[in-house]
This record gives sequence, C-alpha cells and structure tokens, in this order.
Amino acid sequence: MDTKNIMIVGVGGQGTLLTSRILGGLTIQAGYDVKLSEVHGMAQRGGSVVTFVRYGKKVNEPIVEEGQADVLIAFEKLEALRYVHFLKKDGAIVVNDQRIDPMPVVIGAEKYPENIIEDLAKDHRVFRVDAIDEAKKLGNSRVFNVIVLGLAAQHMDFTKEEWLSVIEKTVPAKTVEINKKAFEIGYNL
Amino acid sequence: MKGETQVSEKVLMLGNEAFARGAYEAGCKLSAAYPGTPSTEISENIVKYDEIYSEWSPNEKVAMEVAIGASISGVRALASMKHVGLNVAADPLFTVSYIGVNGGLVIIVADDPGLYSSQNEQDTRAVARAAKIPVLEPSDSCEAKDFVKYAFDLSEKYDTPVIVRTTTRLSHSQGLVELNERLDIEDKPYVRDFAKNVMMPGNAKGRHLFVESRERALAEDGYDFPINTVEYNDSKIGVITSGIPYQYVKEALPEASVLKLGIVNPLPRRLIEEFASKVETLYIIEELDPIIEEQVKSWGIGAIGKDILTVQGEYSANMIKKAIKGEDVYIAEAAEIPNRPPILCPGCPHRSVFSVLKKLKIRAAGDIGCYTLGAVAPLSVVDTTICMGASISSLHGMEKAKGKEYIKDWVAVIGDSTFLHTGLNSLMNMVYNKSTGTVVILDNSTTGMTGHQDHAATGLTLKGETTYSIDLEELCKALGVSKVHTINAFDTKKLEKTIKESVGLDEIVVIIAQAPCALLDKSPVTKQYTIDQDKCKRCGMCMKPGCPAITKKEDGSIEINDTMCNGCGLCVEFCKFDAIKSVKLK
Repeated sequence: MDTKNIMIVGVGGQGTLLTSRILGGLTIQAGYDVKLSEVHGMAQRGGSVVTFVRYGKKVNEPIVEEGQADVLIAFEKLEALRYVHFLKKDGAIVVNDQRIDPMPVVIGAEKYPENIIEDLAKDHRVFRVDAIDEAKKLGNSRVFNVIVLGLAAQHMDFTKEEWLSVIEKTVPAKTVEINKKAFEIGYNL
Repeated sequence: MKGETQVSEKVLMLGNEAFARGAYEAGCKLSAAYPGTPSTEISENIVKYDEIYSEWSPNEKVAMEVAIGASISGVRALASMKHVGLNVAADPLFTVSYIGVNGGLVIIVADDPGLYSSQNEQDTRAVARAAKIPVLEPSDSCEAKDFVKYAFDLSEKYDTPVIVRTTTRLSHSQGLVELNERLDIEDKPYVRDFAKNVMMPGNAKGRHLFVESRERALAEDGYDFPINTVEYNDSKIGVITSGIPYQYVKEALPEASVLKLGIVNPLPRRLIEEFASKVETLYIIEELDPIIEEQVKSWGIGAIGKDILTVQGEYSANMIKKAIKGEDVYIAEAAEIPNRPPILCPGCPHRSVFSVLKKLKIRAAGDIGCYTLGAVAPLSVVDTTICMGASISSLHGMEKAKGKEYIKDWVAVIGDSTFLHTGLNSLMNMVYNKSTGTVVILDNSTTGMTGHQDHAATGLTLKGETTYSIDLEELCKALGVSKVHTINAFDTKKLEKTIKESVGLDEIVVIIAQAPCALLDKSPVTKQYTIDQDKCKRCGMCMKPGCPAITKKEDGSIEINDTMCNGCGLCVEFCKFDAIKSVKLK
C-alpha cells in the first residue's frame, strides 16, 4: 500500500491534538507503520495549526507536503483554504462550516474571504458539516471535532467498529458516550 | 492490505515521550529541567516514572547543576532544555565538560528550526563544539529512546557529558517505539577526586588536556559506533546527513547512498572520508548551520551543502528534490488569504493589563511568554522582546542611559514563572543600583505558553506534591522594593490608577497583576456575555482589547461568539452604552 497522508488543520485550541491521538491509535491498531507531526507551543494560542498523519508499510518523513494529502480535515473553513494546495488532485476535503475571524480580520486590516466552501467545491471533492450546530444539539459544543472526524471516516479505509473502539480508548472515560454519539452523527451524514 | 506490518507490540510515542522512556530504560535516577517549547514534554513524561526523581528547576542553569551534582554522587542524571535554555546553562556546561562524570550525564537540547515557538534559530551543535561535548542526533522516536541509552553509555565510557540534540519536528512527531525493561544500573561509588572535580586553574589545565584527548578518541572510535549507519546504493549521489533531515533524504532520494551520522560532534572523520571516496557527488544535508559541511570541506573533501540549501527553517523532501534534482514538485500555489497569527486567548488576564497600558499610552519592555503577544495589533503595547528576564534589566539600562524622566511612559512586563527564572536578579540590580521604574509581574499562577507547568510560586512540584509557595510580594519586598501592589488583573480601574501613579514616582514600584491563566480552569463556563443589538451603537470600543470572541459581522453589527467567550467581562468595561449583558449558563 502507498503511504496515506491525512492532514488535520484548524485554529489553536480547537482540539486537533485529540483528533490526531485518535487517528494515531487507529492506524497502529490496524497494524500500520505511522508517523504524526503536531504543533505545540505558541501557535496553539489561537494560531493556524496543522497536524500531519502518515501511515503505510514504512513511513519516513513525518510531514505531509504540498500535493500529497489524501484527506484534508479542516475544523475551520479559512484553514481549509489555507492548506488546500496540500491536497492530491483526487483528495477529499472534510470541512467544518465554521468561521473564526483571525486578528487581521477582527481589526479590519483584512477581509475574511466569502464563499470559501463553494469555491473549494469547484475543483475538489468537498464534504461539509456544521459540526458546532450538530454538537450543540447533542448538548456539548466541544465534541464538534469528533463529529468532523466521523464525516472524515467515510473517506478513510477503517471500519466504524475500529473507529469506535479507538475513541473509547482515547477520550476521557466520562466523555466516551457523548464522543461515540458525536462520531455516529458525522459518520451517518 | 491491513495488518501487513505487524507492529502491535510497539507503542506510538512523541519524540519527547521517547526521550523520557530512554532515560527510564537507561536506569536514569534524576531529571531536572525548566519548561521550554519544544523540550517541555520530556519532563512531563519522565514524571510518570516513579523510579526517577524529577523536578522543574527555576531555570536551566540550576537544572544543569542539579544534574551535575547527581552525576558526581554516582547516579545517571538528565537535564533537558530548549536551545536558548542551553545559553542560560552554558556556564556549568563549559566546565562540566572538563570535569566529566561519575554517573552518566546526558543533556537533551531541543533546537527550533523554523521558529515555531522561539526567539532565535541558533544551532546547539555550535555550542557543543565550543564546549567540546559529544552530540548525538536521533532521527525518529525509536532512535530518540535508543540514543539516550547509548548516550549514557558513552558518557560513562568516555568520562564526558553527552548532548542529545533534537529539533521541534522530532520532539513533536510521534512514531512507533518498542519498549524494553529498565536497566538495573548500580550507583557508582563516590571518591574524592581533587584534580577532576575542583576546577581551579591548576587542575583545569590538566583537565583541558584530557578534554582534547577525549575529543580525538571519540572522533577515532566513532568509526565503529553503531549509531552511524551507511547505506550504499547508487554511487552517483552520496549524502551525509543526520537527525530528521535523514527522513527527508530517504523520501526525496531513495536511490542515493547515505551516511547517516548518529554522532555529529566530534565527527567520525575516517568514516566520512571512506564514504566520500566511494561516491561521485557528495551532498551534506543538515538543517541550520553548516556544522558538518564546514569541517568536511576543511579536510579537502569536495561537497555540496549550503550552496544549494538554506541555513534557515526546516527542510522537507520536496525541498531536497528541488535543490538536488531540479524537480519542481509543487502542484498548486497557496491561496492569498489573511494570516492567522497566535493571539491571547479569550479571558486572558494579560489582555486586561495590556488594555490599561494602551489606554495610558505606556510602552512595555517585554519578556518571554504568552504576553509577547501584547506586541501585535490591536494591543501593540509591548515594544521589546529579547530573552528570559530582559524586560526588567533592559528597562533599568534605559533609565541609566537616559534618566528617570525618559522611562516615565515605560514599564517592564514579565510573567511569574519568567520572573523567578531570571527576572529576580534584574530586580535586585535595579534596587542595588538605585534605579527607578515600574515592573508589572503578570502573575497567572503558571508557566503558560509551554502548557501550564508549576513553579516555585504555585505551591506544587512537577510530581504534583504540595510544597512551599513563594510569596512574590514578600519576595520583592525582601529585595528592597518598598512599593509592591498586588491587584486583580481584571480590576482595570485600580490597575489604571496604580500604574498611572507608579510611573510618575522616582522609585521602583512592582505591581503584581494577579489572575489565573484562562486555560487553567477546565470547569465549564458558567457565565458569558452577549450584545444587546438594540442598545449597541456599533462604535467598536469593545473590540479595542482584541478579544477573539468579539467580531464585527458583514452588516456592521458586533457579536460575541458563544463557543469562545469565557465570561471574563473585560469588554463590558469598554462599552459606554451598557449594551453588553451577562448570561448565566446552566
């Protein structure tokens, strides 16, 4: 098997590290070699953050480069646009339809681009979800990232049972049930 | 396809987690560190092993000396730090090189090519060369663990501290690691050794001779070290590399012959000469400075390195392909869109203090921590950032150079952890040398930027045990500062009055602006704020402090994002129209 390249992008504080832990657990459970690369430190304070996940028979480089990603999972739509050039021609974008204004937009120095998702869909396979809204319906907006992961799972080669078993092992015991429900919502969209 | 590589007995580990595991398996008994991205998680993982005594020291110099003491007493000891932390620890480092070790002494130092979370891009190998200390460089999590164990062996065999160099990419990447049992290492007996352990000039002369012979022995013996590996493939292209760039080379040039150096100081010259003689074109691929390249070229060996590759930032497989094969592999251009720089979190107490400084038009000499972010718009109150502790001493320097009137619109701002790291000495100096000026300690009860580590004023140790908590106010008074005010960081009225008065005085004033980091309290938010659109005049005053939870919509209306607001209420004080109301949450 060729190495699969997954990217998780978002805004620092959105929980990209939890999602990468779930993905990492999933790939070793399935017996692959895997490397993950994360961002810690200053960028986690509301900056643009990216996590790379690569799995296959033997993985050397821990990062995904331009033009290589099979799946781009974006927790925020401007971040989807920022990293879309990392996607393979036939790659899939899974995007949470949330807008978080970066500081240059907040202070009026720059404008937040309009119609991001529609524009991305012109050249790419795009799958969107308003995960915050869905998570609020579940009663906890914080689990939105697992909903996005559920939607992404539709485009990756692991079974639902494999996903759920890793989620169970990864998230805090108190939140297992709500996270499993969140995953199901995304998975069944 | 699934299950074709059977690795289920292996564990996925962050590079830093693997370093900790390596120390554990090597029988290490003591670890000391000060937090610093990208090295912090080494200690945060070592603390899980009860067999190792581990601590947060107040700074890297202290951490290094704690580890040296443990080594002298006969146990295997570790100090870990980021690259700039090694500067703070340079004093003991350069002399422990002469003393050598009793129990093995390993120092893990994390460089930050690409400046993910640092103030400079220095190369630890250059410091290690100057200190004449061997440097090992692993290239993945598996080697991170194994090289630490090997480093302890080398340390004891060659009577030398050993540096294991990592970079952000290695420290913060996860890979598979096979776990082994902890070695049962007996403590070495302590024997008084005046000539080796007392570095007075006469003894140091003798030890310098030893250091030089040790360097020669390591360079010669490196030929056989198993951590150096040679892969002969096509002889047209030969690459000498080490660390994480090795992974990029394997991806970019699978056909090339590769000499992967596990030890990068001193270089195994014979091994390099042998490899160079067997390949047509030799490339040297190393991130940051041309440390390997300059030495190899000085031996009369032709090689290509920084001629085609940069001394800045991180490398990648694509970059190497492009530089060596001329292949342009980028398939699309990046979109031109607004940047998303890091910002102070919603509810951050620093924002409150900075909004007051901004209102008073006061400049801040800054320091190292989250509060560096007070330098960017819209707050823009922090004018300088140099290194840990420099806010207070540089303010003092300005006062001495230009007089006390000159700094009446300045303050120094420094975090609680940074103040205890090296700010203390600077404040002592202000008192001693009869300075004036206002120092604001941004006391959020934690080491924030690196992810919430305890320190000497939080009342908890790295192990989570309760301990004496230093009272910052009493500490400043003990140093001789008579005016010390402790104020709630969100009490902007009191802060404004106190700062205004303080900067006008011809004496030293310390203001401790206290409120815990917004991320420390993990309990659900119980109160938030919302904007009453009928009362809102859309003046934008509430947006002045730059809270990311407050945004202006396309139609000009202002909204508070309920997934981000943590209810600090700072914005309420900026609204002149009583349009921001609190909402109680369940």
